[in-house]
Amino acid sequence: MRVILAGEGRIIYHLARQFRQKHGMRLVIVTPNEDEARTLSRRLGVQVILNDATVPAILEEAGALRADAVLALTPHDEDNLAICQIARQLYQVPRVIALVNDPDNEEIFHRLGVTVAISATRILSILLEEEAGFEAIGQMIALAKGRVAVSEVVLRHEAPAVGRRVDSLELPEDALIGGIIRSDNVLIPKGPTQLQGEDRIILIATEDCLHQAISLLAGTAAE
Amino acid sequence: MNPEQDGPASLLDAVRLNDPVAPVVIVGCGRLGAMLASRLSRGERRVVVVDRNQAAFAQLDADFSGFRVTGDATELEVLREAGLEQAAYLLVTTEKDTLNLMVAQVGRTVFSVPQVMARVYDPQRESLYRAFDIETISPTSLTALAFLQRTPAPGGY
Repeated sequence: MRVILAGEGRIIYHLARQFRQKHGMRLVIVTPNEDEARTLSRRLGVQVILNDATVPAILEEAGALRADAVLALTPHDEDNLAICQIARQLYQVPRVIALVNDPDNEEIFHRLGVTVAISATRILSILLEEEAGFEAIGQMIALAKGRVAVSEVVLRHEAPAVGRRVDSLELPEDALIGGIIRSDNVLIPKGPTQLQGEDRIILIATEDCLHQAISLLAGTAAE
Repeated sequence: MNPEQDGPASLLDAVRLNDPVAPVVIVGCGRLGAMLASRLSRGERRVVVVDRNQAAFAQLDADFSGFRVTGDATELEVLREAGLEQAAYLLVTTEKDTLNLMVAQVGRTVFSVPQVMARVYDPQRESLYRAFDIETISPTSLTALAFLQRTPAPGGY
């Protein structure tokens, strides 16, 4: 798989380090920052192009014509959008992934052809807003353009769902328990399955009812 | 929603373009933006200028009668505040190509502004964004053309 990473900051370094260890991954980094370019190529030995990835010729030089994915990770939304659109429109890169700094831009990015737009701000604010407390919710994955979230909810012993059968939970329409991790076992929940304290629940829910589903399972932090 | 919105987009565009009080929104109050804003305001157009730097508005004519909005135009909130929902024209003139192109596309897709124009310095990017229903104006191409018209070459260009 050929991947182009465009942007700057520690995130590039850490992603590159992870990708480098994966078998068959061919990585090219485009960064405008000279110090980072030097560090990346010295310490990781990956191919680094010191330049502006929002210029089509630079993306082409990085191998956009044969790339399987382009990740745009600059701190500027307009640059991330341009990188993705150039990759997609001019070079037909199948997957273009952008970091969205302003969470309001997430939907716009999707409308403008970005395959995946990731808003760290929004993920963090969802976690913070959940009254159950963010230590109880982990590994959020956003699917279907952010409309569906997969979360892991840890049940405290005093959580309202403890002791109840799955079919008695009255979860909102668009929420589903996909699995229960109990000790080291994974249970596929059936109607009569009874929830216990310390269960880790894999919750699949749409954005709209995520909050409701989590408070039904885990309760609020104030309790 | 407004029943008019069920009609064809071109009809809606025409309504907004012919509305004499529908504003012209100008993003970027540099030399170009300030000149456009001042001239249009003199021509009795309602004008809103957006710049993230308040000091930039000093370049406007003393008798400029339009509105000034201070903020980053990549934020939807700022564009909404500038009245993009009613705007007939959006002229995007900052110094940064990628910003101009993003704001132009947001103006077209989110706010359905009928006529959107963006300044784009790099001709390579210009060709790309024609695909997105955005009219781009490239100072580089325009200047090159002006020079070339005065500099004949036997084999053409």
